Amino acid sequence: MLFDYVLHLADNQVIMAQRLSELCGHGPALEQDIAITNISLDLIGQARLLFQYAGKLDGRDEDQLAFLRDVHEFRNVLLVEQPNHDFAHVIVRQYLFDEFNFLNYQALCQSKDEDLAAIATKALMEVKYHRRFSRNWMLRLGDGTAISRQKMQDALNDLWSYPGEFFEMTGGEEILAKAGIAADVASMKPTWLANVTQTVKEASLVIPEGDWHQTGGKKGIHSEHLGHILAEMQFLQRAYPGQTW
Amino acid sequence: MKGKVYKILAAVKDPEIPVLTLEDLGVIRDVNVLNDDEVEVKITPTYTGCPATDVMEEEIRLALFVAGFSKIRITQVISPAWTTDWLSQKGREKLIEYGIAPPVEGQAKTALLEDISVPCPRCGSEDTKMISAFGSTACKALFQCQSCREPFDYFKCHA
Repeated sequence: MLFDYVLHLADNQVIMAQRLSELCGHGPALEQDIAITNISLDLIGQARLLFQYAGKLDGRDEDQLAFLRDVHEFRNVLLVEQPNHDFAHVIVRQYLFDEFNFLNYQALCQSKDEDLAAIATKALMEVKYHRRFSRNWMLRLGDGTAISRQKMQDALNDLWSYPGEFFEMTGGEEILAKAGIAADVASMKPTWLANVTQTVKEASLVIPEGDWHQTGGKKGIHSEHLGHILAEMQFLQRAYPGQTW
Repeated sequence: MKGKVYKILAAVKDPEIPVLTLEDLGVIRDVNVLNDDEVEVKITPTYTGCPATDVMEEEIRLALFVAGFSKIRITQVISPAWTTDWLSQKGREKLIEYGIAPPVEGQAKTALLEDISVPCPRCGSEDTKMISAFGSTACKALFQCQSCREPFDYFKCHA
């Protein structure tokens, strides 16, 4: 149960990091290319710490967990596997994720599990910078030109059905949350929504309508995208099993 | 013996910012000499994804091997979390000389990067501007001096 939970946390970071790494050398401008790859690197670092902890619980090491599991064994939310598409999608996806990641790590700093609390304490410092970056770009592009505003609204419309999954708790999560180990993500939704609504308004954008959300990632039921992401991420280890640097 | 080993470790340089030693960075957490050829070292990573941490481990291993230890155990300890508060005063001065602005202290630490005043490490002017919160490495932001016009790295507050 704890193992699944830690994997979920790690998978969120590693898949988000993998998506962001696709932009390396392809950012809209040099500073944004560097910012995005820096964020990706931070998330990989967090994923490593989480995989190392999950590995302690299970007997596999961080590399085996990252490179040898298949799609149905991954526990990330569906939002992080959505494609980069354009910079508007990158920023909206990042911002929706960062607001949640911040709240989640903040809660985990109080976890009764010492390892999770220690990891969350470090990660929170980094995610503060990520959220600041993505929020700034929401404002710049939303409250920008007519074209940038339209692209941002399109991205927001496209991605709005995904973040609902953040606040859905699996049975295991509920038990762990009651024990003070996992974060009670369901209770974070109002804060998350209030923060996001404020940013969206300031960015001259509109919160899309509808309450329905995509789901399944935390149970290993993923969009088609994850298969392609893993094919690229795991290719080397699959092609040359047991390879090390 | 512990003191001698600590001195060896304290002299190992940061692979990315070679003017700083591991002591300046404040990343050596504990040293335990178990016997003549066995030693245990605990270090703490700075940023979670910092690739220099793994290189530091290798450098430490090499330094201890050269010093005569054959059984070397290095563990990374993440709690309490490293903060830029642990940078030594000497380290801060070396950073300026090297051309990197050290993290600001006091209340300014938690302020937004756009709102703090970072003096230019080259000309000392306080008229500087943040270009990007993300610079050449995870720990640095990119600034530009509006007085001498030179760009410079700023070592971000990690707290």
